[in-house]
Formats: sequence, structure tokens, C-alpha cells
Amino acid sequence: MPELDGVLYKEIVEQALREFPNECCGVVAANGHGRPAKIFPARNIDASTATYRIDPIDLMRIQDEIDAEDWRVWAFFHSHTHSEAYPSRTDREQASHAQDWYPGVRYLIVSLTDREQPELRSFFMLDGNVEEEELSIA
Amino acid sequence: MAVTVKLPTILRKFAGNEARVAAEGATLGEVLKDLESRYPGVTKNVLADGGGLHRFINVYVNDEDVRYLGSLETPTSDGDVVSILPAVAGGA
Repeated sequence: MPELDGVLYKEIVEQALREFPNECCGVVAANGHGRPAKIFPARNIDASTATYRIDPIDLMRIQDEIDAEDWRVWAFFHSHTHSEAYPSRTDREQASHAQDWYPGVRYLIVSLTDREQPELRSFFMLDGNVEEEELSIA
Repeated sequence: MAVTVKLPTILRKFAGNEARVAAEGATLGEVLKDLESRYPGVTKNVLADGGGLHRFINVYVNDEDVRYLGSLETPTSDGDVVSILPAVAGGA
């Protein structure tokens, strides 16, 4: 089972809370050992409570940093501020357009329906289908 | 008009696994055409069937989105950096 360091988990949750009620988004990079190593927050150019789009300028900068370290994109993350931590129809549609560009990437969704107890879950999405992945937060 | 093109990870296999490659052209369209002639297959999923840019691909010349500059007609100059960035989006 893949493991997400508690410090990285906390960074995602804190960003989600900071950007509430809008959705937040970003990238988790894996190091040379394939382990998630760094959170890259990105700007949600939709600035919306219901959708996100990673600012391409941020994605450009993040990809440059990932390339410089010889790392790779491990996951994209975003928050659901008013719904459960499960891919929406929009999530599934958008992921189907991105799947050929980011093969094997997972999507982490953090739900803030209960802001006292955020919930983070991990999913693979392929051709509109959802497969949840058990993720250990250590 | 030598420009640098930054490739997303998945396209690097067409270009000897390089993240950045050189190409020439006075417009973005010419640059992509030159890129394709150097690395066949590299622009296949960047361009839509009709010849324009694919809807889910963002292309930037330096820090500007080419959709606001003239798309494939966007002029390119020596030293410009063209970035190809697949969109990442979703929503609740």
C-alpha cells in the first residue's frame, strides 16, 4: 500500500482549509525511489467552490522543478469543499482527457464537508471508471 | 528563429527523452511543424484533427497563453520558450 507522509498530508489539508470555500489543487511529486516526497500547491484558476483547473503557469513551474530533481508526478490533488471525497462526474470526465498525458497518475481528493475532520482518499480514473486505492497516511 | 520547446513527460519518448528541444519557426504553427519533422509523432496529440490546438492542451509562449495571442499564428522570436501543458481539471 502506498504511503503518504503525515507531513505531506497535513500540507494538503492546510492548503484546502486555507482556500475554503473554494476548491484547492496541486501536485504531489515522487522522488527517485517512487515515494511521494513533495507537495506543490497550485493556483485554482477557476477560483470556484465547485471546480478546479490547475493554473498552467504553475504547472509549468512545477514540472520544471520536478524535472530538475529527476522526480515525477505522483498525484494530482484537489479539495471537495461541500461534498464527499469521491470523484464527481466532472472529475471523471476531466481525468479521461488527461489520462493519456499522465498515465498511472492518481488523484487525491480531500473532503471538507466536516472541516474538523477532513477526509483524504486516493483514486485512479480510467475511461470514466473509478478505482479507489488504499493509502496509508503515516 | 530558434525557440526552445518544453515537452510534457509523455512526449519526450519521441525526442530522445529530452525535456527541452530546439525548433525553428516564425509562428507557433511553424515551430510545431518543424518539431514534428525533427521528432515524428511528437505533435500528433497536441494538434486536433481540424489542425488547431487540441482543446485539452494549453500552449504557452513564454508566460502567455497562445489562445489569447493568436493560437497557431502566434509569432515566435529567437530565444522564446514554448511550453506544452496538458490541462488538469475537475470539480465537485
